[in-house]
Amino acid sequence: MTPSDIQVEEAQSVPETKKVVNDFSIRVATVNGTGSQTSNLVLLRALFQMGIPVTGKNIFPSNIAGLPTWFIIRASKDGYLSHTRDNQVLVALNPETAEEDVHTMPAGSAIIYDEPLKLDRLRDDVVFYAVPFNKLVAPICRDPKLRKYVRNMIYVGVLAHLLAIDKDEIARALNKQLGRKKKALEMNWAAIEVGWQYAQQNLTKRDPFLLEPMDRNWDKILIDGNTAAALGCIFAGVTVVSWYPITPSSSLGETIIDYMKKYRIDKETGKATFAVVQAEDELAALGMVLGAGWAGARAMTATSGPGISLMAEFSGLGYYAEVPAVIFDVQRVGPSTGLPTRTMQGDLLSTAVLSHGDTKHIMLFPGSAWECYTMALEAFDLAEEFQTPVFVMSDLDLGMNYWISDPLPYPDRPPNRGKVLTEDDLRRLGRFERYRDVDGDGIPYRTIPGTPLPAYFCRGSGHNEQAEYTERPDAYVRNMDRLARKFETARQRVPAPEIIDSSGARVGIIGYGSSHYAILEARDQLRARANLETAYLRIRAYPFNEQVEAFVRRYAPVYVVDLNRDGQMRALLKLDLPAELASRLRSVRHYDGHPIDARHITDDILSQEASL
Amino acid sequence: MSTTTTSPKLNRIGLPLAAYKGGKTTLCAGCGHNAISERIIEAFFELGVDLQWVAKFSGIGCSSKSPAYFLGGTHAFNGVHGRMPAVATGALLANRRLIGLGVSGDGDTASIGIGQFVHLVRRNVPLIYIVENNGVYGLTKGQFSATADLGSMLRNGVVNDLPPIDICALSIELGATFVARSFSGDKKQLLALLKAALSHRGLAVLDVISPCVAFNDHEGSTKSYKYVKEHDEPLGDVHFIPSYEEISVDYEPGTTRDIRLHDGSHLLLSKLPEDYDPTDKMAALRTLEEARKKGEHLTGLIYINTNSKDFIELLNLTDEPLATLPVEKVRPPKEALDEINESFR
Ligand SMILES: Cc1ncc(C[n+]2csc(CCOP(=O)(O)OP(=O)(O)O)c2C)c(N)n1
Ligand code: SF4
Ligand SMILES: [Mg+2]
Repeated sequence: MTPSDIQVEEAQSVPETKKVVNDFSIRVATVNGTGSQTSNLVLLRALFQMGIPVTGKNIFPSNIAGLPTWFIIRASKDGYLSHTRDNQVLVALNPETAEEDVHTMPAGSAIIYDEPLKLDRLRDDVVFYAVPFNKLVAPICRDPKLRKYVRNMIYVGVLAHLLAIDKDEIARALNKQLGRKKKALEMNWAAIEVGWQYAQQNLTKRDPFLLEPMDRNWDKILIDGNTAAALGCIFAGVTVVSWYPITPSSSLGETIIDYMKKYRIDKETGKATFAVVQAEDELAALGMVLGAGWAGARAMTATSGPGISLMAEFSGLGYYAEVPAVIFDVQRVGPSTGLPTRTMQGDLLSTAVLSHGDTKHIMLFPGSAWECYTMALEAFDLAEEFQTPVFVMSDLDLGMNYWISDPLPYPDRPPNRGKVLTEDDLRRLGRFERYRDVDGDGIPYRTIPGTPLPAYFCRGSGHNEQAEYTERPDAYVRNMDRLARKFETARQRVPAPEIIDSSGARVGIIGYGSSHYAILEARDQLRARANLETAYLRIRAYPFNEQVEAFVRRYAPVYVVDLNRDGQMRALLKLDLPAELASRLRSVRHYDGHPIDARHITDDILSQEASL
Repeated sequence: MSTTTTSPKLNRIGLPLAAYKGGKTTLCAGCGHNAISERIIEAFFELGVDLQWVAKFSGIGCSSKSPAYFLGGTHAFNGVHGRMPAVATGALLANRRLIGLGVSGDGDTASIGIGQFVHLVRRNVPLIYIVENNGVYGLTKGQFSATADLGSMLRNGVVNDLPPIDICALSIELGATFVARSFSGDKKQLLALLKAALSHRGLAVLDVISPCVAFNDHEGSTKSYKYVKEHDEPLGDVHFIPSYEEISVDYEPGTTRDIRLHDGSHLLLSKLPEDYDPTDKMAALRTLEEARKKGEHLTGLIYINTNSKDFIELLNLTDEPLATLPVEKVRPPKEALDEINESFR
């Protein structure tokens, strides 16, 4: 590519009619372990600060350094916060994937590449910009070990110039990312400058993509779901946390530790009002949580699929012995040697009935980072109210990617600690029977150790109302029926579904969790492309309440969107709904490990509609 | 010598022995585990432990059933097989004032639960941890456990050809702070060790050989009553003097050690082998190994360290139980959330 003598003004030289402003996405292809995440977050944050609705998706490998990784930044003036597979700007820095990356771009795209890769020979229907990254980095970074990191900051400067990103916002974003690390800050800023200068002096703007400030984010925050969840746990008043590291849940545990140190050390005594234990495995993690919950603490753990598998036995004990526990499942794809750093809603079926016998568990499905926070608050209340493990089913996309969100709200009520027997209760009830349903809601009273109130012997399901050991069939059946009654009570108390009815709609969509924003966008696409009006119900908890059934009765067919091969939510609905409704449920499934995008849903529904 | 001066009827806090009993045992008559339950009842009664604060924990097995048969009015959590350490750890973190008493079996601890046991020891969780060690899985009808000695034989003639896990040696190696071995049939020693364990801060591991009369009490077994009685090699005598009593024991200087326990009680170890130092890790391990080579069961207080921090101290926990902290202590104020929200703008 020949350097151009035409300079900055070039950005403005795109004909007005051809400009594509705040409505495109950037794919950055790099090698992992080279610090590109920092560069990408600087870009993401700068766009957020410019007031542009933006999302960032990190598609990364299960590896520390050397494998391909992509980051997709989407600007959407219309406010769509879902993933997109249609990218218009590519930064191609990974020699291994560069050719394939170039070939997947649509005609008219802009491609910034590392000059030695000579990618401009591959196509002539896209705009290429060559940048000699190595030449540019050498003078600003003497230390060869640091070079590979600093090098990646250069594309931030190049993009900033080509796309007209506000340089002040880049500076602010960099400051936010690197904060107190002064030396790193200086070196990275130098890299951004070098990229900017290079683009200014050598690249002629020949693509239509531009970013302009908007006023959309002034009341918003930018946060990942795991951080939001960690904060929810802290403001719920969690006191015992036990966890075992596993992607994509680790940052939840780590963030709890960070904030606990700041906000939960008693000012007067300097002592901790919390205990965080990195357990030896997930069995121990949940065991500690149950021990703490039994002893009256608010206790939680965070894990992902393989950890959930290991927690099976204890989950059953928690259900039968009726011990509160909060378990965050930040779901990912399959086994540890599957695609452990990719997203999936993979654990619904196994978690719903996790363990042996007739276990059934309450599950909550946050649909945004905001709900990762609010549902953490709710999960602790529900766990103590129902004296049972509660699973919060997040996923990698929600948990590890950054989302624009409303600020996190301060809890508006005190924690609900559930039916912990008091002396007044004891007087009123005459006596304490741990497993008697005195209130008719299936929820018994409990006492906790270390109080003068009566004690009981806590064990699995082999007990009568007085918590005495028995294997009598009638006592067992009574207990199991009460547990079922308790689950029925929970139906009305768990977060209700969110419903968007639509007059004139025949078709319904049911979704949950991280597919929420893609479904919102798909509904618009269906209307625009095929004049197909849809109603939408977002499930927020299991067990489902009666509104779910009513929705399925109102619309047909109802497309259930699942991020798994087997349509796990649809299967769960089929188990729960009257049999005659089963045939109304159709499946939209997505299971390649990437976040779901609107086009996938739209295409799938339209093709199923066509074949009706 | 006297270990206690409490009245035979009521203890220090005015309770009769009956208050410390539990439900009727469903274990086999003659099972070693029953004798251990009796010693637990005596120890807690004689020291006048306030039952409100006691929390019993167990895994799965005949041994793990036994918490139902002692200290009846106390809270208990019968967990899952091999995972009692986690449950106990969580509960004791939730309420640091609890007096934790865990009962496990050799299968529960040394087979399925070895991982959790190892980490329990590393953490020095303040808990009395009793392994009722019979060398077999009683509840599943007599298969070998991982503590079965080399050459020990099952009733059906099967001989164990794998080396045993020595719970005491393993614990010492991992940094345990109180390690003792006893025999369910040695009333005096076991009672003194249980009392000492109650006064220790940190994890107290008591590996108690406890014959299984149903599956491992025959000729050829190294954990039968007969074999253990013949091969019990006490490491001196153990006397416990509670903090509220004067030391009034005569002992020969040189062979007795006086160990001051955390709550001010004393553990007197007399008639120790010449220069045996129970605070010396290497000596303890060597002595265990020598006994093993001779086919003996070394019993008594094998190792103690009264200077280590327990897990509660390590985590710098506040003095009040975490479980019942008021909301003001556990929910940061609104300004904190405002500040946090601001940081994400
Ligand atoms: C996960 C699991 N696996 C297997 C069992 C079956 N089981 C019950 S007790 C036991 C062995 C108990 O042996 P030990 O701990 O030595 O206790 P003992 O009965 O000898 O006192 C086994 C294997 C179980 N309850 N749970
Ligand atoms: S089977 Fe063995 S361990 Fe179980 S109760 Fe009988 S004697 Fe005791
Ligand atoms: Mg056993």
